[in-house]
Amino acid sequence: YFLLNFNPFDNLLCILLGISFTVWFTLLLVFIIVPAIFGVSFGIRQLYMKTLLKIFEWATHRIERGAKDNNHLLYKPYSNAIIAKEPTSLEEEIKEIRRSGSNRDLDHASEFEMSDIFYFCRQGVESIMDDEVTKRFSAEELESWNLLTRSNYNFQHISLRLTVLWGLGVVIRYGFLLPLRVTLAFTGVGLLVVLTSIIGFLPNGSENKPKNGGICVANHTSPIDVIILASDGCYAMVGQIHGGLMGVIQKSMVKACPHIWFERSEVKDRHLVAKRLSDHVEDKTKLPILIFPEGTCINNTSVMMFKKGSFEIGSTVYPVAIKYDPRFGDAFWNSSQFGMVNYLLRMMSSWAIVCSVWYLPPMTREEGEDAVQFANRVKAAIARQGGLVDLLWDGGLKRGKVKDTFKEEQQKLYSKMLVGTQEDRSRS
Amino acid sequence: MGSTNSTLSKIPNVEELMQETGFTPAHIVRLYDRFEALDKEKTGHLRPQDFGAINRLAMNPIGDRIIGAFFSPGQETVDFHSFVRILAHFRPADKKRPKDPSMPEPVNSRTSKLKFAFQLYDQDKDGKISRAELLQVLRSMLEMQVTEEQLESIADRTIQEADLDKDDAISFEEFRKSLEKVNIDHKMSIRFLR
Repeated sequence: YFLLNFNPFDNLLCILLGISFTVWFTLLLVFIIVPAIFGVSFGIRQLYMKTLLKIFEWATHRIERGAKDNNHLLYKPYSNAIIAKEPTSLEEEIKEIRRSGSNRDLDHASEFEMSDIFYFCRQGVESIMDDEVTKRFSAEELESWNLLTRSNYNFQHISLRLTVLWGLGVVIRYGFLLPLRVTLAFTGVGLLVVLTSIIGFLPNGSENKPKNGGICVANHTSPIDVIILASDGCYAMVGQIHGGLMGVIQKSMVKACPHIWFERSEVKDRHLVAKRLSDHVEDKTKLPILIFPEGTCINNTSVMMFKKGSFEIGSTVYPVAIKYDPRFGDAFWNSSQFGMVNYLLRMMSSWAIVCSVWYLPPMTREEGEDAVQFANRVKAAIARQGGLVDLLWDGGLKRGKVKDTFKEEQQKLYSKMLVGTQEDRSRS
Repeated sequence: MGSTNSTLSKIPNVEELMQETGFTPAHIVRLYDRFEALDKEKTGHLRPQDFGAINRLAMNPIGDRIIGAFFSPGQETVDFHSFVRILAHFRPADKKRPKDPSMPEPVNSRTSKLKFAFQLYDQDKDGKISRAELLQVLRSMLEMQVTEEQLESIADRTIQEADLDKDDAISFEEFRKSLEKVNIDHKMSIRFLR
């Protein structure tokens, strides 16, 4: 009698589970995988994005209202500085200091004033309070809140309604989007078609897509850059051989078409690397090489110095600019802050990763231009297209120290002022 | 990073700190975030190396001296309070503050700023800038761009002009006098946003 009672329940449960799995997979297939393979779009993404943006605006509005009501100070991390820096040059500033303090005629102004030190002192303290480079390496800060805990700085102002909305967001993201993407990921990796958390993707300038025998360079923000570019064209990848899952993927990729994978020890030998790269580009049947010359992930508000290695090879360079829309989810991978698994989790539970890709016209090294200048020219073009700031700093600064040449620049500027004055004096 | 109030509650004696330095709660929070960003190993203190990691500071000719200004003699670390107190020198002067001789000199007054600049020159803290100390500063600021003779002649000229009691060194009073017309408040102040 007891057994009879349980059986129907079991059956019901099994049936329900069975049905939901089937529905799940069908939906997956019909709405995502098949259209992706055939390049058809249903317009679901656009609608999704529009709705999300409206919700974010509302959420930010509520927070601001909440703050005003309580008369609290809203911490606005996006007003991205503690201090206002005036962009004047060394010469201007020092002249101004001297002008205000000098008892004498400017014609006979002395070469050095005790007050000159104020300029350097202030510059120094300003940089202690706030400097550009450290900012580039922390995730970009947003003005509006996108309902992700990780980008919220004003917890106390969240009203009940907002909390409910946030809770709903968590349920949707972790209960629906995350499993969806995880399933996709497993299917995808199995088929070597990786379309995990990428929902929006708008390419432009497709006529400039890299051709065989060329080198494609792009700015680097996250491992997703590779996926995005690879889904829109075939490239030969360059990189270190990794162990584990990455290693397996790398090996299987090599079976499909030739890539350039290095042993860790070989990476240090620049000549060997350069030789392998040039051999590859000379062979016109091989795919264009994909390289990220910044050498590390940057937070997508700027482009850092390009390492000149890839620009010495002398083939055509196809620049690509990649810009992520930070409103939906931050794709920046700060490898010194969290590892790959953590990063993937964050990616997959974001609302969406939206990015724009621009294929720029190909460039070649001109007569009388050395590798560094060429690299800078390409970098400027990429920065311009993507609306990113073109910085001179080295991506290696995330971990390293600045070179002495920069200090010398400052000294040169200052001494020009002083020594220059001396020459005038001897003439008069 | 957290909301204003939750961060403030993490800092001990924050009321006293604000009184002393004149920073607003918003400023303190930002400085605290900055302090934490510099304190990579999360020890709660900064060491000279942490400052050295700031690239723009490393390329400043007198960067080392500025870093030195944060550390009292014999101290190897600086905590958040001291950090803020030193930075408070660079707050613009409060024009409304009445001149009350019984109260201690505010940390961002003209005199305090001058004292800060003075100690950048006077490394051995004997109250005077000797010829040798002046030469050292000039060397840092100019290094290989000028000859030793040029450095010496600059030092000589400067001492000649500023040294009123002819002891071949510049005391704080002489320093102050030579800069009496300079708008110190403007040149040694940093404008904090909101």
